[in-house]
Amino acid sequence: MIPTAFDYVAPESVADALAALADSDDAKVLAGGQSLLPILRMRLNAPDKVVDLGRIAELRGVREDGDAIVIGAMTSYVDLLADPLVAEHAALLKAAIETVADPQIRRRGTIGGALVHADPAGDVGAPVLALDGELVITGSAGERTVAAADFFEDLFTTAVGEDELLTAVRIPKHTGWGAAYEKFVRVAHQWSIVAVAATVRMEGDTIAEARVGLTNMGSTPLRATATEEALAGKQASAEAIAEACAKAADGTNPPSDLNGDGDYRKHLATVFTRRAVLAAAD
Amino acid sequence: MTRITVTVDGDTYTDDVEPRTLLVQYLRENLGKVGTVIGCDTSNCGACTVHLDGRSVKSCNVLAVQADGHEVTTIEGLATDGQLHPMQKAFHENHALQCGYCTPGMIMQAIDILKDHPDPSEQQIREGLEGNLCRCTGYHNIVKAVAAAAKAPGAELASSKVGE
Repeated sequence: MIPTAFDYVAPESVADALAALADSDDAKVLAGGQSLLPILRMRLNAPDKVVDLGRIAELRGVREDGDAIVIGAMTSYVDLLADPLVAEHAALLKAAIETVADPQIRRRGTIGGALVHADPAGDVGAPVLALDGELVITGSAGERTVAAADFFEDLFTTAVGEDELLTAVRIPKHTGWGAAYEKFVRVAHQWSIVAVAATVRMEGDTIAEARVGLTNMGSTPLRATATEEALAGKQASAEAIAEACAKAADGTNPPSDLNGDGDYRKHLATVFTRRAVLAAAD
Repeated sequence: MTRITVTVDGDTYTDDVEPRTLLVQYLRENLGKVGTVIGCDTSNCGACTVHLDGRSVKSCNVLAVQADGHEVTTIEGLATDGQLHPMQKAFHENHALQCGYCTPGMIMQAIDILKDHPDPSEQQIREGLEGNLCRCTGYHNIVKAVAAAAKAPGAELASSKVGE
């Protein structure tokens, strides 16, 4: 199938993109298009206008800003995987992105597009949440910054308003933290049935701090706060980690679908949290 | 309609297209480049893989208007002067196809793998082909062909004009 007809604009600045959005009641923003184009092709959405951000150079790239790195919303997965700042300061994000879809999709797909699409089975939300990321949203009134914990509102729903754009992702530096993303799928390049993003700061063989994000364990990415608290200050032994990670699904209400029911997902979350923390602490 | 100018397999075309036109449709229906095939409606299968500015993309997942001002290479642009590209030759010699439907996308993606990994391990080849499905499940010889092509000069290049 092919999409329904729409008008198309490809502005070269954020200001022009905002003006194009304000000018329509039913516009869709095109980032990398790797989720949007299938949706348009299957006619799950039929916007009257598509605003393509692909020609806005200022939205691409990664820079250092004090104790954080700032990632342009239109930076592709492939560029993030090759970026030395991401590797050094946000290893967890890199580990998650390595598992996204396949090479062709990672070539075109962008971090901003994935975050605003907010598919609960997407792999970018959990690491951004676990790393205490902040999302820079730009509208006609200027910029505002929203914590990742407040950004994801529901299935496919974020704090970005109709006439706003996500322009940057700010990740506090987690330099030297161990990281692992453990993703459970049954076949190659499937969406995560459950995935776990874990990053730890080690002091010798003790876990000084831990951050754990869960993918597809609810309508938004979640933090496994009970596990994080239980891990803090613990020796990184298999027994202590297993005990802390048994709490990974506490307070979650995961979906039931053909890939597994909610209780199965809760079980998976504890297993994959243990594996992710063990790998991150290694 | 939106006017686009795209270089495809070395020739430059200017056309008015509907914005909803997929790149793969533009290649097949406007330019007659039917070597690039459509295998699925979900962006899973990779049969429509082409190179956009030298790197692989799924052409069902790119709008033709997004390719405005850019360069596309399809399976039809690989051979020159009747001489197969080293990757095409390797697929031929290693019997790396059965029904052949996935082959255009497999070859385009295989060339892309060699750009990142000039001497790929079997694991790197298999992971590099993760977005390309072969429903005859002939992966064994496909992987063999990519490994063989990696040893041939110029296999990572966009065309068979090795050394030009």
